[in-house]
Amino acid sequence: MEVEGRQGIAQLFDTPPLPYEERKIAVAPGGGEVWALAVDTEDALLDYLEMFYKLRRAGSALSKMGAVDFATTIAPGLRDVLLTGKACEVVKRKEKKQENAYDYVILDAPPTGRITRFLNVNGEVSGLAKVGPIKSHADSVMSVIASEQTAIHLVTLLEEMPVQETLDGVTDLEVNGLPVGGIFVNMTRPPQLDATQRSMAIAGQLPKSEIENEISQSGLMATPQLIDALLTEASDHAERVDLEITEFERLTQRGLPIFVLPLLPSGIDLGGLYELAALMTASGIGEE
Amino acid sequence: MTLDIDAILTNPDKHIIVCTGSGGVGKTTTAAALGLRAAELGRNVCVLTIDPARRLAQAMGLTELDNTPRAVAGISNGSLSAMMLDMKRTFDEVVESHSDPERAEKILSNPFYQALSSSFAGTQEYMAMEKLGQLRAQSQWDLIIVDTPPSRNALDFLDAPARLGSFLDGRLIRIITAPARGAGRGIGRIAALGFGIFTNVLSKLLGAQVLADVGNFVADIDTTFGGFRERADATYALLKDSGTEFIVVAAPERDALREAAYFVERLNQDSMPLGGLILNRVQEVPETGLTQDQVLAAAQKLTAEGEGQLTSALLELHAQRMEIKERQKHLAMRFTAAHPNVSVQPIPALAQDVHDLAGLREIGEALANQGITW
Repeated sequence: MEVEGRQGIAQLFDTPPLPYEERKIAVAPGGGEVWALAVDTEDALLDYLEMFYKLRRAGSALSKMGAVDFATTIAPGLRDVLLTGKACEVVKRKEKKQENAYDYVILDAPPTGRITRFLNVNGEVSGLAKVGPIKSHADSVMSVIASEQTAIHLVTLLEEMPVQETLDGVTDLEVNGLPVGGIFVNMTRPPQLDATQRSMAIAGQLPKSEIENEISQSGLMATPQLIDALLTEASDHAERVDLEITEFERLTQRGLPIFVLPLLPSGIDLGGLYELAALMTASGIGEE
Repeated sequence: MTLDIDAILTNPDKHIIVCTGSGGVGKTTTAAALGLRAAELGRNVCVLTIDPARRLAQAMGLTELDNTPRAVAGISNGSLSAMMLDMKRTFDEVVESHSDPERAEKILSNPFYQALSSSFAGTQEYMAMEKLGQLRAQSQWDLIIVDTPPSRNALDFLDAPARLGSFLDGRLIRIITAPARGAGRGIGRIAALGFGIFTNVLSKLLGAQVLADVGNFVADIDTTFGGFRERADATYALLKDSGTEFIVVAAPERDALREAAYFVERLNQDSMPLGGLILNRVQEVPETGLTQDQVLAAAQKLTAEGEGQLTSALLELHAQRMEIKERQKHLAMRFTAAHPNVSVQPIPALAQDVHDLAGLREIGEALANQGITW
């Protein structure tokens, strides 16, 4: 599910823009299926009115007057409650043994800096409504989000600022009693050089004449441009890898499960998604 | 077309630069680097950030950032100050400056106001613009660089005047506030037709207490509302003015460029002055006259012969970087094909993250480097 109206899922899976409707977008070996839903606040509100009050027609009339914009303006948390509420409705189908139930519901949430506020719907509406319909809806949403049915995964890059934001995000979630799952480290570059080679590369001490000889041996011309390029890139790569190792250690100190995803040089498309999915399966994700 | 950032930074008629873009593309760092460069080119600059990482504040030699501009030490030539937006504090100040103390007190303690000022979707964007207006009104700075929140709604502030207007002037607010205003006047035919439905649905959604809080809030703010509206209109005009320049920040990834395209289109739609696109984390590869296939073939030959592990690794690294660069260039070309009038400035990926003014200065140089061949 996506909630920010970006149509990111459709682009990744190479399908036409998704309406507010559950659509099958991919199949997996072994008979698995992936369905997608792009949630729209207005439609989620109409759903909510229909489900709890059978008020879809009145809702549509309000919608035409811009009442949804109005209601979400008056009650700032309402938008998030409706979005997370929709996700919870989909989750609950399984225990209610309804037909269109799923094994997993994956929500592409807003950025790490806003995640706690987004998921902590109780906190959002409590200042506004101590009792009443939103409050009880928020409570029911919270009973799913804060339960062990849910795992909140954070995705980061191995750079100082995103890592710091992720660590702060984990603390925030924990303080608010929200269940943190694991950390996904995205776009990592596999080190091409070992630790000794890296420190030599940074110090400019890689054996230049040896490299020149081996280049000639490989069938290329050992031009000064090529040798300089290789040495500069080696030192650059070594600095980056060392930094990534430091950042990775900061993440591991949190003691959460960490999943590492490589940078795909060809970029992410549908084929790339299957590639990453296979790596996740191999790393044991989903086996509790 | 490349972006001549120094021409913008040194133009005495430019007083505001707004950096916008999706999250995780180095927007705040870019804003800080632009600020430092402008200051060292002789401008008196204030950088207004929304949610800076602590390290960025430290990079500028500040232990932390708050709602008041703090001067950054070690600037030659002009001056640089930095601050972080405190959304609630800024909103409170607006209320206080537009109401008598008694009424202000009443508004500040209203539960609806408290929710509105601390979590209203769009409040952050709107308050950033309010703060911008305030800073601009002080004559201390001749260039203000503002960084917008990392969300798709980052440009909501463009709608703020209209939204605020339609919110407080709207038909629905009149229905809701009818009890607080003394029912009857102004409700008119809509009420006759649908008063029951509206209040019924809205109170089911929001609860009766919320509606009452909103009613009281609107009644209290009625007199100060003119002030709100005027300020929102003035800030909107300020943004559209030729003294402002919008800079969109992105990284050469599909998602980030898609968001950048969205921002560019939105700015064009409102006829906002767009300076160009800054593309961070671009992979640079030194020219060697070889193709990726030639480099890979050489690496494979060495590996097959069981020799030259180091050289073969270096060649593979080189080939990988060539592939990344090709893909990034392809993405950037697609963006340019769709938006030929937007100048693009590529910024090479740095091996190290930014720790100090020297690091920011280095980014500033890359921002101004017209000779980055990519």
